[in-house]
Amino acid sequence: MKLELRNSVEVNVEILVCVRRVPDTSENEIELNSAGNDIERDELVYSINEADNYAVEEALQIVARVGGNVTVATVGGEDDEEVLRREMAMGANHGVMISDEAFSGSDGKGIATILKAFVQKGHYDLILTGVQAEDGGAQVGGMLAALLDYPFASLVNSIEVLEGKKLKVSREIAGGNKEMNEIDLPCVLSIQTGINEPRYVGMRGIRQVAAIPIPTFSASDLGLGANAVGETAAKVKRVDYFTPSLGKGAEILRGSREENIDKVLELVAAKGGLK
Amino acid sequence: MEGIQSAAQVTSWLVTGRILFLTIHLLGVVCFSLIVAKRLVPLVRAERDFRFDQPWVRLGRVLKFWLGQWKHPRYKLAGTLHIFIFAGFIVLAIRAFSVLIIGVSRNFVMPGLSGRAGPIYDIITDYAATIVFLCMVIAVIRRLVFKPARYAVPARYGKAHTADAIFLLSLIAILMVADSLFAAARAAAQSQSSQSVEVLAAFSLPWVLQKALVATALPILGGLYFGAYLVHELTFYFLLCYRPFGIQFHVETSLFNIYFAKLDREILKPVRWGVSDEHLDQVKSFGVKTFEDFTWKHMLDFYSCADCGRCSDNCPSNAVGRPLSPRFIGIKARDYAFQHYPVLGRVNNGAALIGSKDSGSIYSEDEIWSCTTCGACEEECPLLVEYIDKIVDLRRGMVDEGNVPQSLQKPLKALESRGNPYGKMEKKKAEWANAKEFQQTCRVKTLDNRNGAETLYFVDSITSYDNRMQSIGRATAKILNHVGENFGILGAAERDSGHEVRRFGEETLFMALRDHNVDAIQASGVRRIVTADPHAYNALKHDYKDVPPVEHISQVIAREVKAGKIKFNPVENESSVYTYHDPCYLGRHNQIYDEPRHVLDAIPGLKRVEMSHSRDRSFCCGGGGLMLFYEPKEDQRMGVKRVKMAAEAGANVMVTACPFCMVNIEDAIKVAGMEGKMTAIDLAELVDQQIARECPDLKEEQATEIKECVTASSNRPG
Repeated sequence: MKLELRNSVEVNVEILVCVRRVPDTSENEIELNSAGNDIERDELVYSINEADNYAVEEALQIVARVGGNVTVATVGGEDDEEVLRREMAMGANHGVMISDEAFSGSDGKGIATILKAFVQKGHYDLILTGVQAEDGGAQVGGMLAALLDYPFASLVNSIEVLEGKKLKVSREIAGGNKEMNEIDLPCVLSIQTGINEPRYVGMRGIRQVAAIPIPTFSASDLGLGANAVGETAAKVKRVDYFTPSLGKGAEILRGSREENIDKVLELVAAKGGLK
Repeated sequence: MEGIQSAAQVTSWLVTGRILFLTIHLLGVVCFSLIVAKRLVPLVRAERDFRFDQPWVRLGRVLKFWLGQWKHPRYKLAGTLHIFIFAGFIVLAIRAFSVLIIGVSRNFVMPGLSGRAGPIYDIITDYAATIVFLCMVIAVIRRLVFKPARYAVPARYGKAHTADAIFLLSLIAILMVADSLFAAARAAAQSQSSQSVEVLAAFSLPWVLQKALVATALPILGGLYFGAYLVHELTFYFLLCYRPFGIQFHVETSLFNIYFAKLDREILKPVRWGVSDEHLDQVKSFGVKTFEDFTWKHMLDFYSCADCGRCSDNCPSNAVGRPLSPRFIGIKARDYAFQHYPVLGRVNNGAALIGSKDSGSIYSEDEIWSCTTCGACEEECPLLVEYIDKIVDLRRGMVDEGNVPQSLQKPLKALESRGNPYGKMEKKKAEWANAKEFQQTCRVKTLDNRNGAETLYFVDSITSYDNRMQSIGRATAKILNHVGENFGILGAAERDSGHEVRRFGEETLFMALRDHNVDAIQASGVRRIVTADPHAYNALKHDYKDVPPVEHISQVIAREVKAGKIKFNPVENESSVYTYHDPCYLGRHNQIYDEPRHVLDAIPGLKRVEMSHSRDRSFCCGGGGLMLFYEPKEDQRMGVKRVKMAAEAGANVMVTACPFCMVNIEDAIKVAGMEGKMTAIDLAELVDQQIARECPDLKEEQATEIKECVTASSNRPG
């Protein structure tokens, strides 16, 4: 029944997915730089923020079911174009680069302000973000919704398009329960990883979209003043960045394999992990 | 003829036999031609495939694999039966033709059989018909009573094929009986009317029937003669027209299937025949997504499959309960072709081949990812059906659609950005060789502008980065050092060989890895390549172009043992029994079976046994490269099955020559709970361990001194 309803709804949803390029944690050995205020970036490889990739996949699946368009946008620089291309290769209809020197040093609210200005330039029914950036603090989605005065649902792990510009979304509650919510469009959702199985994009797909132009929006295009965004506007400033020293919580088991297994079982049981 | 009327002369209901049989002939031939024409329709719509080169080589293979039935004796009983049936059919083909003509022209004699050859040929055909008949009886009994497991059809693949098989076998048996009865009735009639009696081969089926009919009245003999002829005619044409609807079609297609079979099996099918790498970007769609994306030869394979089940009987994926049975890759595609290109009715097509059954798909994703490309199925197939290319093409289609399991996406992405599936840093690629203690015993150069070498040791990802497998790398380097090889490695400049990347259908990524490696190898100026990884070996040898000749370390060792440069200390543990596990990409794909065994046998005191599945019937340990990341649905691990085979053979040490085999076998020993009872060692490790180094305190020596020592020892006589 659900499937029938999904198919019968033809609403053409215009979806914007805000994405970010981050150092790939599985393919880098993250080390601090000598100044101690950032990581060593010389030999890093980057990829799309994982949760954002799930958001794009979800947008593509929604559009496949009910029609519409998917636009991916990122606030960044030239290097960040590769993630737009990757998501366009997945099937996003448009890629948009939001780039200006004035944006550098923006805090979460600054990024949300930039995105708000961009959203207001177009007509989007649904705005998706990843639940959080791998090097971020899960701030932008909520702030963007507030700035736009849109409804917001976070940690979304399923989306169903209903009649009458409404969505039914769910999120997992600690302990494994699920909460279902109805939410009016337009709205902002932050997407949890695991909501779907993102499709694979290889070099061939990226090459096929290599020639598609990606428009760039600057601060002036968006009507943003220099004091509204960037370092000057940032009220949250990073003061330190470090690898915490190992706490005492870790216990290294040094017995034989059988002894270790018994010990692990005992510890897990003691903490209530086995019932 | 006074005795009985010839078939052509018989008149009933105002129709003479001549007219009746001429009509049957025409109808039969027209029907058969129309059916075959319909069967050819998808082949015309299929993708291109270049199979028209080297006609003499192809004819030679027809002689070997078709006329010579080369692969059949691999299954003794079934193979022998088939050889008899096949030989019988060949002999009877001319007879069948002349018998058919007799219906129209009573005095027809096949050219060449008019003189003395005629009676001799007749005697041979009497026996041929008898043998084929007996084979049919045995085959039916096998199907009904003994029921070999490989003919069973698992429920998910539909109904059993037994009834169809028996039906076909019976039709052939009827054909043989009718043919024999026809000859017997004629001979019996001849003897009664004191004509010159046709000589029937003693104890043949016609002979037995003639003896039985000797006293039968002439009119009845006449009826039998005509009836047998009519049954023969009808059965013949029914069989002819029925064959293109099932497995018996291979009678017609096998000759062509073998003629057009792939000549260079090691080389993977290109994405698109006739499109060079540079132009691949212009190809709209990669791989096989719908039926017409298969090449015409692959479709001919589907038609030619005789459902003998040998492929699946040897398929490791099938053996461990993965959702893959090569037999049904073919059978399902053939049924698809029959259903969507019907003899009567319109072509209806276009559904995706992979997906849900409800949407008309015939394959599941897991089915196609389950294959380790070990090649056991192809090694076995008597009709030279190709499987790996189809699997890879289906995977190419899935990759092109973005349809790749999550477990494979991470390693593929890492291969793209870091050149290895683990996402490790390039600069750490040579760490295995750079450890200080190791560098003191065996210096391994990293090749660059300043450091050149004669030989490149191509290490590949797993041996470079995996802690356990680094030991294989170090053993290989020490062996190369011992034999005085001037060698080096590419270090950070080496990318994954891309062997499994290609076999998992990611052609574009493979090409990027290959191009990078080819550039690096050419820039290094080396003149030959050695590797200890059969997957890298296969890639460098068959997937790459314009690189120096490549050898596997087992070949190098075997040669140096023969030349006397490598001498071994006797094995210390006398209770050790060794067995050699053939890695698929060293054995089946590259026919390197003997070198590793020669090396093992050169070690004094080493006791070696063979597993029941060895050499070209080696059983895949679970697959290498990206297969290590894939999470298959299976009842048990291939490695566990393999380790148990080694134990059954009486071995307690498994020697292999591939780092991926090592991963799978060592894991399997643990999973099977056989630690302490079974160990695994790589050939290079074993050789390194057993080499008789004639300099006493080798560990303290510098590499140059080792070389002097080696030269000294190799100059010694003996």
